[in-house]
Amino acid sequence: MTGRTLKISAIKEGTVIDHISTVNTFKVAEILNLRGSGNVVTVGMNFESKRLGRKGVIKIGDRFLTKQEVDKIALVAPEANINIIKNFDVTKKFSVEIPEVISGIIKCANPNCITNIERSKTKFNVLSKSPLKIKCHYCERVVGKENVELI
Amino acid sequence: MKFQNRDIISIKDFTKDEILHVLKTAKKLESKPEHSLMRGRVMASLFFEPSTRTRLSFESAMTRLGGEVIGFSEPGNTSLKKGETLWDTIKMAEKYADVIVMRHPVEGAARLASEASDVPIINGGDGANQHPTQTLLDLYTIQKTKGKIDGLNIGFLGDLKYGRTVHSLATALAHFNVTLYFISSEALKMPDSYLEELQRKKIKYHEEADLMKVIGKLDVLYATRIQKERFPDPLEYKKYAGVYKLDKSIIPHIKPSLKIMHPLPRVDEIHPELDDTPHALYFEQAGNGIPVRQALLALVTGRIK
Repeated sequence: MTGRTLKISAIKEGTVIDHISTVNTFKVAEILNLRGSGNVVTVGMNFESKRLGRKGVIKIGDRFLTKQEVDKIALVAPEANINIIKNFDVTKKFSVEIPEVISGIIKCANPNCITNIERSKTKFNVLSKSPLKIKCHYCERVVGKENVELI
Repeated sequence: MKFQNRDIISIKDFTKDEILHVLKTAKKLESKPEHSLMRGRVMASLFFEPSTRTRLSFESAMTRLGGEVIGFSEPGNTSLKKGETLWDTIKMAEKYADVIVMRHPVEGAARLASEASDVPIINGGDGANQHPTQTLLDLYTIQKTKGKIDGLNIGFLGDLKYGRTVHSLATALAHFNVTLYFISSEALKMPDSYLEELQRKKIKYHEEADLMKVIGKLDVLYATRIQKERFPDPLEYKKYAGVYKLDKSIIPHIKPSLKIMHPLPRVDEIHPELDDTPHALYFEQAGNGIPVRQALLALVTGRIK
């Protein structure tokens, strides 16, 4: 822990997303729309990691993620961990996990799906997490990770 | 098993027992017609896309049960033209009817409608996705003509890649102990996702390009139309459309009990010379739409348990 805090300054309150594989780090930053946020944000990559070899870390001050945001992270960086920080302490730590049902965060890849034609929330049932295979609740089209487009 | 107020959206929502219950109810209604079962009930028939068989047979099914039908057969002269959403159209229709039957060109439309509506929705086809009542009437036809479904060798012929009826029927047949033969040219083969599903359910199946190699084994042959609209190039269409044509020349090679089915309309996959042979089952199949759709209407409105 000490080594890490030396490289990235600690936050008092907020969220640390750890163990992101290096290539996915900026994708995670992108889906959380950190560019436009006023929070204190640190994005680091290529830190040494026993598990991943190299890893990325994102620290966001004064922000706690919604379930939808955590689900989005699970889709682009299934290896990531989330730490909730309160008063400089890690009060909760968990691995992101692809849920059984993914609601409202993915666009259906089928252009003739009703969710692409008329206002309606998308919903997918997860058939397999690795490799990712999801089925649209509406048009029943099954797609893999390569066709997952986040909203 | 509870059918009252249930939506009929996808054949994948059905268990084997539920399928058998629909078939049993259809058989009851066919052998002993009920002319006033649906008296005082209204069916909204919302066809956002034209259809002949599905619409006519649903409307006939409801009328023969003593019920009333309202609706439209194409969206041309409705408020949809003014930009009304499907959601709003359904919200309106559920106030006017006890059950809504709909066909829509967009996949997933029926599922969305079922979320908008408190009265049951019956999907009469949503784009390339599902057409569950066709599948149920196909199963009913097989069971009625053969007395069983288990143990049969069932062949599918023609457009297995895009054919919605083929996909749904194969999915439903996976509940039974059958052997399936998929006969098509390379370009129109059954999609892998459906074959994987059959493997998971341990259903025996064979893929074959040469119809004559397997036709002698079949108890049922389900022929389909090669859909012209799937081919941007008319020459490509011609190439595939001409490959499989059933005519009297098959007769020496088939089981005397072979039954030929087709969801219709046919173009030239089945020569009319087969129509008056005992093998032709396709018109009877279309007729079976009535008892099966009557069964569904009566079950979802709670008129039959």
